[in-house]
Amino acid sequence: MLELSTVLSNRELAHNIYELTIKVDLSKYQLKPGQFVHIRVSPSTEHVLRRPISIASIDTDHSTLTLVYRVGNGQSGTYKLSTLSKGNSLDILMPLGNGYNLDHLKDEKHILLVGGGIGVPPLYELSKQLNDKGLKTTHVLGFNSKEDVFYEDNFKKLGDTYIATADGTYGESGFVTDVIENLKEDFDKFYACGPIAMLKVLENTLTIPGELSLEERMGCGFGVCYACVCQTKSRGQVKICTEGPVFEKGEVVL
Amino acid sequence: MKDKLAISLPGLDLKNPIMPASGCFSFGKEFSKLYNLSDLGAIMIKAATEHERLGNKTPRVAETQSGMLNAIGLQNPGVDSIILNELEYLKDYDVPIIANVAGTAVEDYVAVTKKISASPVVKAIELNISCPNVKSGGLQFGTDPKSAETLTKAVKAVSEKPVYVKLSPNVTNIVDIANSVADYADGITMINTLIGMRLDQFGKPILANKTGGLSGPAIKPVALNMLYQVRQALPNMPIIGMGGIQSVDDVLDFLSVGADAVAIGTMNFTNPMICKELIEQLEDRVADMGLSHIHDIKGRAHL
Repeated sequence: MLELSTVLSNRELAHNIYELTIKVDLSKYQLKPGQFVHIRVSPSTEHVLRRPISIASIDTDHSTLTLVYRVGNGQSGTYKLSTLSKGNSLDILMPLGNGYNLDHLKDEKHILLVGGGIGVPPLYELSKQLNDKGLKTTHVLGFNSKEDVFYEDNFKKLGDTYIATADGTYGESGFVTDVIENLKEDFDKFYACGPIAMLKVLENTLTIPGELSLEERMGCGFGVCYACVCQTKSRGQVKICTEGPVFEKGEVVL
Repeated sequence: MKDKLAISLPGLDLKNPIMPASGCFSFGKEFSKLYNLSDLGAIMIKAATEHERLGNKTPRVAETQSGMLNAIGLQNPGVDSIILNELEYLKDYDVPIIANVAGTAVEDYVAVTKKISASPVVKAIELNISCPNVKSGGLQFGTDPKSAETLTKAVKAVSEKPVYVKLSPNVTNIVDIANSVADYADGITMINTLIGMRLDQFGKPILANKTGGLSGPAIKPVALNMLYQVRQALPNMPIIGMGGIQSVDDVLDFLSVGADAVAIGTMNFTNPMICKELIEQLEDRVADMGLSHIHDIKGRAHL
């Protein structure tokens, strides 16, 4: 569960959005898209809390993970993380969380993937695995502005990809839901990750089954501290780090 | 070698003076996947209240410089469930359990203590009169000497195990509180968290509770000073010290100001292996320093 990884690359993808690739022994793990790692950004204790970052891409052949994260101000832990470069070692807890469920897919043919901002990265590995299974994927990705957009080309290689920006500086003007309203195709299931407001609207407007990934401030990341709880309809209050971050549509009181 | 770290306190035969602090270790299950819980000196389990508590709204944690704020709000399944599920699990380990007891009124503390102190797994009670994150109860007992005394006396009267009182640093004079519980307490644990606040970029508190308890390396100097003062006032009182410990040097500092043993809190999140690592490093340090026992250095700051 605790692993010492090595940084292979760490580069800026978009405004304050970084892509970190690390080498880590993956042989003992069965990783799922939607799971996350909990990163200790520095060996010093200036930052006492780890940073939960979702897995954007898994390469078992080369034993690497790609993580995409948003960088805060100069005092933030994610800023510290952004200063790491090739060869630096990085202490991570992994894999954490349940991940998206692909095992129960049967007759589904066309999947809608919806991401908002820093909720986009886990959908990339998910889409790769769905495509590997022979499913068709359509991606709708929302960002604030043109300078925030990332991974558009990556997603385009996997299926139709629509970008929405809130300020209208790139792609469609508006929110992901505006784009989805105008899509003519039928989908069998959706997977989403992004801000609560976006997940709420998706839950209320999409009639197909779906899975949502939640974000919350975390302490330990493995069920000890009770910081990241949410209210579910059938199971009462649960911890997002261990019972989530992915939940069935309608399960969580958003 | 092992004997050089062994410490005997009321109700507690500790293999070593290192234990996880309450609230930072849950009930141990998650950590049992990382190392053998029997290696620990003791375990201070998460606070138990009479009935289930769902805790505060989220966000419940926020990082600060070399520290963190938490306002979990004593979420726990209630004392009956803890005895049935958590203590039952812990009985398979050879480690003394210190049960943290919380409440909103004297009767709550008494009821929980009666039940949980009867468990053979529990070797001592830690009376939580210092949680800053609940609306009523907890902290008001820890900031008023008279209330602290009344509560400690009532709990001690029903407890089947020694009672340690966990002191709050959110007071003008911690020695007054320590003195007020001294006639009834078998020991003291200190310090709980300091009340603090962090704002977001819009100037609003990040925590849903607005304030939270500050812990981590940032509070170590405060803890050391308070422990130094309490040790001076109560030379023979068993004291388990805590507050920002992250290294063997920190452990030695706490023993130097007069702690008998120490607890590790926030660092369990930063490095889940911290307790195990500190025990190993402490063994080495005692050997390096040529001590016959770890307590050879206890209280040396006062000399």
